[in-house]
Amino acid sequence: MGAERTTMGKAFQLIPDSASTFAQAIDANYYYIWAITIFFTIGIVAAVAYFSVKYRRKHKDEVGHPIHGSLMLEITWSVIPLLIAMSVFVFGTAAFFSAYDPPTGAMEIYVVGKQWMWKIQHPEGNREINELHVPVGQPVRLTMTTEDVLHSFFVPAFRIKKDVVPGLYTTLWFQATKVGDYHLFCAEYCGNQHSGMIGKVHVMEAADYEAWLSGTTRGETMEASGQRQFEKLGCSTCHLQDNTGRGPSLKNVFGKPVQLQSGTTVTADEAYVRESILQPQAKIVKTYTNVQMPTFQGQVSEDGVLQLISYVKSLSEAPAPVAAPAAPAAAKGGKK
Amino acid sequence: MSATLAPPLHTTPEPEPQFPAKHFLNTGRGVASWLLTKDHKRIALMYLISVTLMALLGGFFASLVRLELLTPQGDLMSAEQYNRAFTMHGIIMVFFLLIPVTPAILGNFLLPIMIGAKDLALPRINLLSWYLYVIGAILTLSSLVLGGADTGWTFYTPYSSMYSTGAVIPAALGAFVAGFSSILTGLNFIVTVHKMRCPGMTWMRMPLFVWANYATSLVQILGTPVVAMTIILVALEKLLGFSFFNAAAGGDPILFQHLFWFYSHPAVYIMILPGMGIISELVSAFSRKKIFGYSFIAMSSVAIAVIGFLIWGHHMYVSGQSVYEGLLFSVLTFLVAIPSAIKTFNWAATLYRGSISWDAPMVYAIGFFGLFLIGGLTGLFCANLAVDLHIHDTYFIVAHFHYIMVGGAIMAYMGGIHFWWPKMTGRMYPEALGRVSGVLVFLGFNLTFLPQFLLGYMGMPRRYHAYPEEFQIFNMMSTAGATVLGLGYLLPLVYFAWSLKYGKIAGNNPWGAKGLEWETTSPPPLENFHTMPVQTEEAYAYADEGETHHG
Amino acid sequence: MASHAVTHTSGAHDDAGHSNPNYQHQFEDLHQQYDATTFGMWVFLAQEILFFGAIFCAYAVYRFKYPEAYHEGARELSLILGGTNTIVLILSSLTMALGVRAAQLGRNKSVFNWLALTLLLGFVFMGIKAVEYTEKWEKHHVPGLNWHMTGAEADHMQIYFSIYFAMTGMHALHMIIGAGLLLFFMYKAWNKTYSKEFYGPIEIMGLYWHFVDIVWIFLFPMLYLIS
Repeated sequence: MGAERTTMGKAFQLIPDSASTFAQAIDANYYYIWAITIFFTIGIVAAVAYFSVKYRRKHKDEVGHPIHGSLMLEITWSVIPLLIAMSVFVFGTAAFFSAYDPPTGAMEIYVVGKQWMWKIQHPEGNREINELHVPVGQPVRLTMTTEDVLHSFFVPAFRIKKDVVPGLYTTLWFQATKVGDYHLFCAEYCGNQHSGMIGKVHVMEAADYEAWLSGTTRGETMEASGQRQFEKLGCSTCHLQDNTGRGPSLKNVFGKPVQLQSGTTVTADEAYVRESILQPQAKIVKTYTNVQMPTFQGQVSEDGVLQLISYVKSLSEAPAPVAAPAAPAAAKGGKK
Repeated sequence: MSATLAPPLHTTPEPEPQFPAKHFLNTGRGVASWLLTKDHKRIALMYLISVTLMALLGGFFASLVRLELLTPQGDLMSAEQYNRAFTMHGIIMVFFLLIPVTPAILGNFLLPIMIGAKDLALPRINLLSWYLYVIGAILTLSSLVLGGADTGWTFYTPYSSMYSTGAVIPAALGAFVAGFSSILTGLNFIVTVHKMRCPGMTWMRMPLFVWANYATSLVQILGTPVVAMTIILVALEKLLGFSFFNAAAGGDPILFQHLFWFYSHPAVYIMILPGMGIISELVSAFSRKKIFGYSFIAMSSVAIAVIGFLIWGHHMYVSGQSVYEGLLFSVLTFLVAIPSAIKTFNWAATLYRGSISWDAPMVYAIGFFGLFLIGGLTGLFCANLAVDLHIHDTYFIVAHFHYIMVGGAIMAYMGGIHFWWPKMTGRMYPEALGRVSGVLVFLGFNLTFLPQFLLGYMGMPRRYHAYPEEFQIFNMMSTAGATVLGLGYLLPLVYFAWSLKYGKIAGNNPWGAKGLEWETTSPPPLENFHTMPVQTEEAYAYADEGETHHG
Repeated sequence: MASHAVTHTSGAHDDAGHSNPNYQHQFEDLHQQYDATTFGMWVFLAQEILFFGAIFCAYAVYRFKYPEAYHEGARELSLILGGTNTIVLILSSLTMALGVRAAQLGRNKSVFNWLALTLLLGFVFMGIKAVEYTEKWEKHHVPGLNWHMTGAEADHMQIYFSIYFAMTGMHALHMIIGAGLLLFFMYKAWNKTYSKEFYGPIEIMGLYWHFVDIVWIFLFPMLYLIS
């Protein structure tokens, strides 16, 4: 057995497996705050217990000593907690920022949530339901949305979670550090089978991942699906490659700035392409003011939109990162 | 060395406590004299009954949830039923217990008396607020009859407005109407505190319970209307098909979350601030000592109310809001911890060189200390952006808010109801049982909710009907704790009822405490005082030797 | 001692209003009653600002997102009807203010007349609103219930009109409540309730009515004047 597999469902684990590059920082924050919590709880409870015993009422007419207060004490126990609170803020924010933006060249995987399952698409065409296979040691960027209500993509072992929202894309990224199988949960209440919308994330050695990619049955790549839809839906009739059509050419558009008729400039990212397909009048490219691009809302599913985006990405000269194994492509058919 | 002998005046209970011949309970008889009353004390008691009934209902749903969670499989009830059980538990407990419990019961009863007034400024508005509460409760009950809502008490769109098949609208409207009840209570308190203080009762001489309710009232009137409108938008979307949060029309579900939490975060301060006011009263009364740092505690209540309005986005770190919003809300959230810390230190300092007695109210107050400390400090985890990525929507959050709301607000309320029961009814409850219930609640509570912190960090999400096996052991502990907790809450129901007939007669001041309420009869007369008071001293002026010790 | 007895005298030459049948006994005197109750209405209006504020916020968010849809939606509204309604309401605030003045002078018959006029103007407003709503229904501009819209901004206009109906509907509801209150105070004035000593409730009614008017003064430009 080459790879070490951790099993889910170990009887007693106070914290989940630490299987991503984030886990350490988040756990460190966690322990730091527990230390603060325990320190102050014990401290104050001890003081209260001590005072309650030492100053217990000795006879029924007794009263306490009149003490108004102390400005010095008030300042002390305002400033010190403030400093401690700010330290907790700073440590947390640092870790949060590093979790926010994926590194360039991260592997792209697409997630569509729906009641009550997670649909995963790899650019190579592999599709999974409630399972996500990823290679270890490689940054992975998830572009996610939902077909219906809010859900939330939660992998405790990675210490990450992000809601999926209808009408827009949210993104999540991680780099897995430990081979194994981990829980995937939906963490935003979504109706009846909310607690059934669970699955597994399989972190594999790079070679095993390649084998899985080519080994499992799959359809065409997302890019190919996207190209097929592009033609079937008639996009290709207006968006000619040589810019002579009614609509702009989509060659080299993705990832670059686009000048709009309103005068502003936006970047053609996933959200922009999605909006252009579903709500084409929202952002009209400069000089295409009199063209009425029809909307394809209702004609193409969220999965389909992601495939179209894949295709548009492939038309850009800067190659859209396809899943490249970290090691050079030598070890084919490696051990499972 | 720690205490002084007081002048043997009103700090000493009278030798033979008398039950007054005429008081607010026997002035006016018959159902109409209650249902059409303008007396704030009677309205408080009517609230006591209706809130207690709703609390029992909410507790029933909690039992269903905890019973289901004993085993990993969803085998006690269907997923649909479970979702309705936790939703109705949340809606009932938030809108019909936690928000009104202290202001509408203890606040209504005591606030006018504590400032030396004959009643609240607007007695008919007070009665109206009770009727609105009842109407809201009936609407929510009608939702139950129709199967119950299943959206969670947070009503997130688009599930609530476009997908749910539960009885969402009656439940949402029930919360809406209860919200107006809350607004009217807050309005009444604000006007009363501004305009009805007796001669000599300056702002800085008012009991801290009054300050706490005043700060709460500011939140009630400024926050509740926002959720009221939000509920209407959801109802319009669901009922008529309007588009406010509908993504297909370009609507933004996250806008709902902003509008909802703009109220629902300050709402938690509506729940805790009055409880903190009670604790100030209890700590002072049961140490027979002026509260340490009066002005700091008073001002910290207002500070919590103000800062509380600025931090709602900490419920939304992973919602899709921008990273800068997250940053801003996080740093402000850490700020709101400071006034609470100030209060906690001041309460502890009050015990120093006090004369401390462990009657049942004090048992509850000390219990509050421990539980509120944990609840508040675990807020640090939630406010921390990185940790929240992991614990958001898990049982960690559930544990955190139950520590504050139940361990904090309800513990404080229980302490308060024990403390002021003799004033309200003229009877003492059995002291030994009072302490027993306090201990039962404290132990049962910790057993119920401490394991949930661990469950959350282990990764167990909220609102799960069934769960992976490794989470079972802590769930079993939690359910066991809930049983003890339930017993701890049921016991007072029994002995308070018993005390109405058989309890020892309390007399004016059974605790030997300072405060205008202890200078009138138990129960008080209809107009609260036989002769209207003039306030001539500071609050909590237990020992009047004129020495000032540096503290 | 914390307290000692004090007798109720305001130091004034009369009984501080205690013999006025409208005096409420929780107050020390009619002056405190007036002070507290008007303050109470101001607090209530603060709450109302937050109530409308929530939907104003939704309006602002979507206007920023879909300015074109708002402009097109506004074009579907009648400036003439909306403008007339604005004038009607401003006039009604004038008649209301004159009613308050009459109450302060103890002229109950005048109070009745001015409130009646205010009520009438309120009915005119509601009538014009009914005409507008009917027109919207006939043109299928009611989201969810009766909606048909073409054009590029059709979907987003659903949001604009949802907000239009919610805002104007809420405003209309407040006007209906105001109308009911006006009827009540007309009845009280008919029974000669008000005097130089006691006129607070009419002033409070005036505050409420002016507030409802001011909400419209915001709604009109926000909804009608942005095309």
